[in-house]
Amino acid sequence: MNTTSAMSTPLVMLVDDEVSFVEIMTKRLKKRDLEVITAFSGKEALETLAEHHNVDVVILDVKMPGMDGIETLKKMKVAHPLIEVIMLTAHATVESAIEGMRFGAFDYLMKPCAMEELMGKVHEATRKKRNHDEKIQEAHIKEILAKRGF
Amino acid sequence: MTKDNHLTDHYLRSLNRNIILIIIIVSVIPLILVSGTIYYQFRASYHEKVYDHLRELVQSHSQNIDSYLQEKLSDIRFLTDSCGREKLTDESFLQERLAVLQKDFGKDFVDLGVINAHGEQIAYAGPFKLGKADYSGSEWFRKSIQSEYFISDVFLGLRGVPHFIIAVRNNRGGISWILRATIDFVAFTSLVENIRLGQTGFAFILNNKGKLQTTPMARPSMDMIDSKNIYEEFVTKQQISRGKICIATRSDSSRHKNIYVAASIKNGDWLLVYQQRIADAFADLRKTFIITTALMFMGLLGIIIMAFTLSKTIVERVAKADLEKQMMSKKVVESGRLASVGELASGVAHEINNPIAIMVEESGWIGDLMEEEEFEKSENRAEIERAVEKIQYHGNRCKEITSKLLSFARKTDTTVHDVNIKELLEELVALSSQRAKYGMVEIETDFQQNLPSLRASTSEFQQVFFNLINNAIDAMHHDGGTLTISSRQRENYLVISVSDTGEGIPEANLDRIFDPFFTTKPVGKGTGLGLSICYGIIEKMGGKLEVESTVGKGTTFLISLPFQPDSDRQQ
Repeated sequence: MNTTSAMSTPLVMLVDDEVSFVEIMTKRLKKRDLEVITAFSGKEALETLAEHHNVDVVILDVKMPGMDGIETLKKMKVAHPLIEVIMLTAHATVESAIEGMRFGAFDYLMKPCAMEELMGKVHEATRKKRNHDEKIQEAHIKEILAKRGF
Repeated sequence: MTKDNHLTDHYLRSLNRNIILIIIIVSVIPLILVSGTIYYQFRASYHEKVYDHLRELVQSHSQNIDSYLQEKLSDIRFLTDSCGREKLTDESFLQERLAVLQKDFGKDFVDLGVINAHGEQIAYAGPFKLGKADYSGSEWFRKSIQSEYFISDVFLGLRGVPHFIIAVRNNRGGISWILRATIDFVAFTSLVENIRLGQTGFAFILNNKGKLQTTPMARPSMDMIDSKNIYEEFVTKQQISRGKICIATRSDSSRHKNIYVAASIKNGDWLLVYQQRIADAFADLRKTFIITTALMFMGLLGIIIMAFTLSKTIVERVAKADLEKQMMSKKVVESGRLASVGELASGVAHEINNPIAIMVEESGWIGDLMEEEEFEKSENRAEIERAVEKIQYHGNRCKEITSKLLSFARKTDTTVHDVNIKELLEELVALSSQRAKYGMVEIETDFQQNLPSLRASTSEFQQVFFNLINNAIDAMHHDGGTLTISSRQRENYLVISVSDTGEGIPEANLDRIFDPFFTTKPVGKGTGLGLSICYGIIEKMGGKLEVESTVGKGTTFLISLPFQPDSDRQQ
């Protein structure tokens, strides 16, 4: 992983049961130089995440059939504590989005959202995530060097 | 009015009738029984008392008369025995004796006469010129000569005035002679005349042929004394005897019922009779009866008035409670309906949000694509960008609408909490603005800044204002108009007015607009419950809902709600 590159393309996973929404958002995000992978349910998102360890930010719809956004978030944070999640919600579920913040979501946005705002949040979240990664990596290196007697 | 209400009216009428009947029956029967029994007992004892009194009266007077006659007889006897025939035939001596008697007894003794065995009067002292009168043919002489003494009935005799005689026979020396004294009729009658009670009570004496021996001075007419029948009644029917007092009641010739009390006097020769009209004898009883009856009727009237008033009050309370119950259940239904509408709205708003988001994103995608080089020189580029912008703008409008709808839907609970009046009113105005626009109604608001919050149920508050705003818009549906909503704090009250410039409410309907089921809207358009529910809610919150209206000018609904007092707030 390129630890120094704040400039490198953020990898975003978009999770929503609404296929058309996922498709168009994917196009728009990609057009803004993001790498995008998609999932159409909470379960699929967790599975996909297991394969792609380098996902920076997850954009997660709160209201989904089956496992909902909050449930998905909780499990995601257990498996990948460093991953940043932006909750995407309709007005009725603002409360649940706020609840999501308590479980470690980075922020929440209301649907339909302004693209610039979303992009801003994605970059912010990516930066935060990569900062964390970097610090952890530094700690690892220090640990290894110490073991080798440097 | 519904069929249910007709049934209720019928039920209330019969309830009213039953309560009245029960109160009247339960109160009147004991009243009549008690009054009747008391009156009956009183009447019986009063009768007894009156009869006893009359019996005593007649008895004492009969004894009086008997002793009067006995006394006079003794005087004459004494005179006969003490003076002897020679002295008494001396008229001057006789005159002297008469004077002595008159001195002792007043004018009771009228005259004295000495009659020989042949009925010739041999000496006379008195005011009449009866000198040598011959009594041999008269009945009293025949009876006197046969017995030791004799007291006659009242008769006119030779002198032509009513009188009676006390005659004493003397046989001393083998020669029979009689000393006769005439007793003044007026003096004797006065003995009987004294017996007077009430208006019609008087007494008289009958002889053994049923003839009157006294003339009652106060009598209305002699016809009143049915002497023959009275005599028959007591002597023949009741077998009156000495010392016995008999009572009878019978009608006289003028059909008045009379009470008769009789005693036998003069050794059964005469009958002392006391007569009084029953109505007079029992006048006090009658008075008591009238007073009792009047009191009873007043009591009855009181009971009836009380029954009607009480029943009216009870029925009114029942009706009010019933109405409140009805309104309550309607309110429950209404709030239940509102809650389900809220749920539906929430579902719809949420479902619609996704397609809107997709549309906005798609238009955003078009916008993104338009930025590419190949479209840069396209002649319609500006137009496409404008269209994209419009789609985005209206997409956001949709988002706002659904967000308001959702915020409304979340507030359908009736729990009480602090409500920000200004925010709530603004929200309601925003939600009503579309409807107002279609009705060509302009909404003007004038909300006081920094109003304190009010403790209330948001959904109930919404319900009240939705109803008022919708009514106002309906009232202006013909030509449009202005709906003004203002809120002010006046002392401890929040005053909110909702005014329209619509057609106004006729005065005849003004009193009824808060009545449940009262509506002027066409069938199927209005339930007639809106305002009555508003009224109920505001009243429950301790406030007042008032209405002012001028036909042709508009209507203003004025709501005053108390802010919670500070003391409560601290608690």
